[in-house]
Amino acid sequence: MTDRVRASDRIRATERARATERVRVTSPRMSAVARPEIRPATREIDEETEVGEVYLKALLRSQLRPALVVLGVVLGGLGGLPLFFLALPEVADTRVGPVTVAWIVLGVAVFPLLFVAAWWHVRAVERAERDFTEILRRR
Amino acid sequence: MSTWIAVALVCAATLLVGALGLRLSRTTSDFYVASRMVSPRWNASAIGGEYISGASFLGVAGLIFATGSDMLWYSIGYTAGYLVLLALVAAPLRRSGAYTLPDFAQIRLRSAGVRRVTAVLVVGIGWLYLLPQFLGAGLALRTATGAPGWVGTAIAVLVVVANVTAGGMRSVTFVQAFQYWLKLTAIALPVVLLLIAWHSDGSPSPASVPGSEWSEPLSGGDHPVYRTYSLLLALLFGTMGLPHVLVRLYTNPDGRAARRTVLSVIALLGAFYLFPPVYGALGRIYAGDLLDSPDSMMLLLPGRMLGEPWGDLATALLTAGAFAAFLSTSSGLTISVAGVLSQDLLRGRFRTSVSGFRVGAGLAVLVPATLSLLGVRTGLADTVTLAFALAASTFCPLLVLGIWWRGLTRAGTLAGLVVGGLLASTAVLLTVSGAVSSGWPAALLGQPAAWTVPTAFLVMVVVSLRTRRTPGVNTIMVRLHAPEALDLDRGDHPTPP
Repeated sequence: MTDRVRASDRIRATERARATERVRVTSPRMSAVARPEIRPATREIDEETEVGEVYLKALLRSQLRPALVVLGVVLGGLGGLPLFFLALPEVADTRVGPVTVAWIVLGVAVFPLLFVAAWWHVRAVERAERDFTEILRRR
Repeated sequence: MSTWIAVALVCAATLLVGALGLRLSRTTSDFYVASRMVSPRWNASAIGGEYISGASFLGVAGLIFATGSDMLWYSIGYTAGYLVLLALVAAPLRRSGAYTLPDFAQIRLRSAGVRRVTAVLVVGIGWLYLLPQFLGAGLALRTATGAPGWVGTAIAVLVVVANVTAGGMRSVTFVQAFQYWLKLTAIALPVVLLLIAWHSDGSPSPASVPGSEWSEPLSGGDHPVYRTYSLLLALLFGTMGLPHVLVRLYTNPDGRAARRTVLSVIALLGAFYLFPPVYGALGRIYAGDLLDSPDSMMLLLPGRMLGEPWGDLATALLTAGAFAAFLSTSSGLTISVAGVLSQDLLRGRFRTSVSGFRVGAGLAVLVPATLSLLGVRTGLADTVTLAFALAASTFCPLLVLGIWWRGLTRAGTLAGLVVGGLLASTAVLLTVSGAVSSGWPAALLGQPAAWTVPTAFLVMVVVSLRTRRTPGVNTIMVRLHAPEALDLDRGDHPTPP
């Protein structure tokens, strides 16, 4: 019962709206430059347009760059250590208290450095993501 | 006697903390990923607790003791693997919305075939990693109490199965977090006692004990340079492919939390790995006669250095820590292997997915438990390294290329997984069976990562370049990389279950 009442109300309201609807009268200005449609940047990505492709590439690159920097530095450093010890055994075997330099470097010093590298990466990549989010929202 | 009490307490505490979690654990999602509501701090402790296995607890100190400073690379690799994981995998994997590695393969490549191969590999790596845990539990209890080897193995298997089948992931999150702190305490407190004893003994240097080349880098075994680099490669790139580590990332609420979790993990692991070298060095001074059974050195050392009752107490604490390590790693592995078995290989054979999960858990421990009870004997840390090498040769290329390269195709992935998996597992079988024992072949097969990982990458890339791209790969890339705050089409499709 109530449903039928509501439905008829709605039909009446629609008819009233149509009767008072404003009609825009314009002259055909074919020569005018069409106003660009405002498209949110997220739609460019969703629809895989060329602009979206640029955004996607920028996103991937902004995240990959800090990753490659931190891995390059850390893996380069770690990978260089055996060669360093091989080249300069007298440095590696220098005694520091009861143990040698090689032990201090490999057993202790490496760990805080790994943490610092990881912390730097988290900060860099979080900043990159914030920037990307803001650029997309600003458009 | 104090050792039995300590082990009983660890088992009881593990079951109790698990049971508390069980009261909250009701749905399938609770079982698999703790409903994704675990905070980074809990999660980091849980990853630490799960990751520091018995092989790390007893094996690393044993290796350093037996072979020398080259083995310090184990501790470094176990920790630095998380840096690679953080930089390349953590956030995208969490954003993919996958629960397991096969889920990731399915989301990225939309292929049931790749999914199946991935599932088989997860089970293989899980078994290879579970074997030394169960063996080590037997060894630890035998060393500390004189009980037959199978007793420790049986206790570990029973506690793990009870815990996993009853509570699943949520209870295990609490259990694992608890066990990280237990393990850190168990390894750190005896060090204080041992160092006091060492100091009052006149602080002798391990470097001046006969056989002093032990403390020099690149001195142990044959082809130490190759072995060091290959080991480092396996540990750095294998960590990301360990099934029990990945499943932990899914329990984070978003990609950013996943990263912060991994950052904390690096701090927690760094703190833990400061201790095994101390045992290794002290062992050189006070327990030089144990060189042929390095995995049990750590448990016998306090008895040599400390008077009663401190020696017994320290041994009890170490045994408890080692047992915690075996239980937590085995639980984590069992969860992930059981998850994959019940979702991919046994799917649809059970009325509810929870009962499928329980059967999967039984199967997950059956094979490694049988092998260890049958008396397979392998070095703890060596076997674990082979599991890392297998993961690095298969899942590392799948994850790295899948996340960062749109060109990765189904055919390329399949070819890479099969080639990498076959090469690495052949090396594993030849090494574990003892078919080759010296010279270059032993070095190449014992540390296969240096050649298997690049080969797997190469095969994946070359075959991918020659085949057609996965349809809709851009949407998948958006899903993997875009911050959650952005309203984007991520191609959301229902993921099981």
